[in-house]
Amino acid sequence: MGTKTRPGSKVKLNSLSLDAKNYKQIAKKHEPSRNVFANCVRAFLAGGVICVIGQAVQEFFKAVFDMTEREAANPTVAVMIILSIILTSMGVYDKIAQWAGAGSAVPVTGFANSMCSSALESRTEGLVLGVGANMFKLAGSVIVFGVVAAFIVGVIYAIFGIQVRHL
Amino acid sequence: MIFLWAFIIGGAICVIGQLLFDVAKLTPAHTMSALVVGGAIMDAFGWYEPLVKFAGAGASVPITSFGNSLVHGALSELHRDGWVGVITGIFDVTSAGISSAIIFSFLAALVVRPKG
Repeated sequence: MGTKTRPGSKVKLNSLSLDAKNYKQIAKKHEPSRNVFANCVRAFLAGGVICVIGQAVQEFFKAVFDMTEREAANPTVAVMIILSIILTSMGVYDKIAQWAGAGSAVPVTGFANSMCSSALESRTEGLVLGVGANMFKLAGSVIVFGVVAAFIVGVIYAIFGIQVRHL
Repeated sequence: MIFLWAFIIGGAICVIGQLLFDVAKLTPAHTMSALVVGGAIMDAFGWYEPLVKFAGAGASVPITSFGNSLVHGALSELHRDGWVGVITGIFDVTSAGISSAIIFSFLAALVVRPKG
């Protein structure tokens, strides 16, 4: 039986790979045209509002806990992440993301959203194999490339003995 | 005034992300990685810190500041401890962000039933 189906599947594969050559062209023709300008306006507005909220949180820490700008940065990021995770848990953040595109993905809240939503989605697979293993599915690439880039910069500074002036 | 600049600079960074989505046709993961590496490179030249001073949360909330903080940690410990600081310092500044994201995402997964 195996000998009979093999040539058949080969023919099928060949016709598929023929289509695959044209696939990109066909896919491009049928791709919905994106309104780049409108998307950018939405991204600008949403991203701007999220950053203004971040600024308000930062001003709050500076005023109430008497922190400097730099001391306030870490708690601000933590608060933004908590807010994002609360909104993601309620299913609100994904609705915002549909409208805002990159405006809600680029701020650190989008990073937290990607982690939280992969954690929630994979909850049914268990805590270790689901939540633990999948939490960094999207956020992992950000961390990997960030760390590798930081390492390269650090090594360049170390090799050439560049004085660090902007710390 | 800092609020206005936070809005403009934060919005502008998001527009760069949107252009990478729409014009360069990158996936979200590629876009975020590119922005993080961009932030890291900017801090390598010492350009990101002035932006944070100028725009506040407009520069420190977008994901580019994550790359900036990674480089910052590596460079400050390199300055203090020498070579080994490049490795030990990378997560120094970003610990708050990553740890809180892990902890609260985990708690959310324990408590919440996913919707939609």
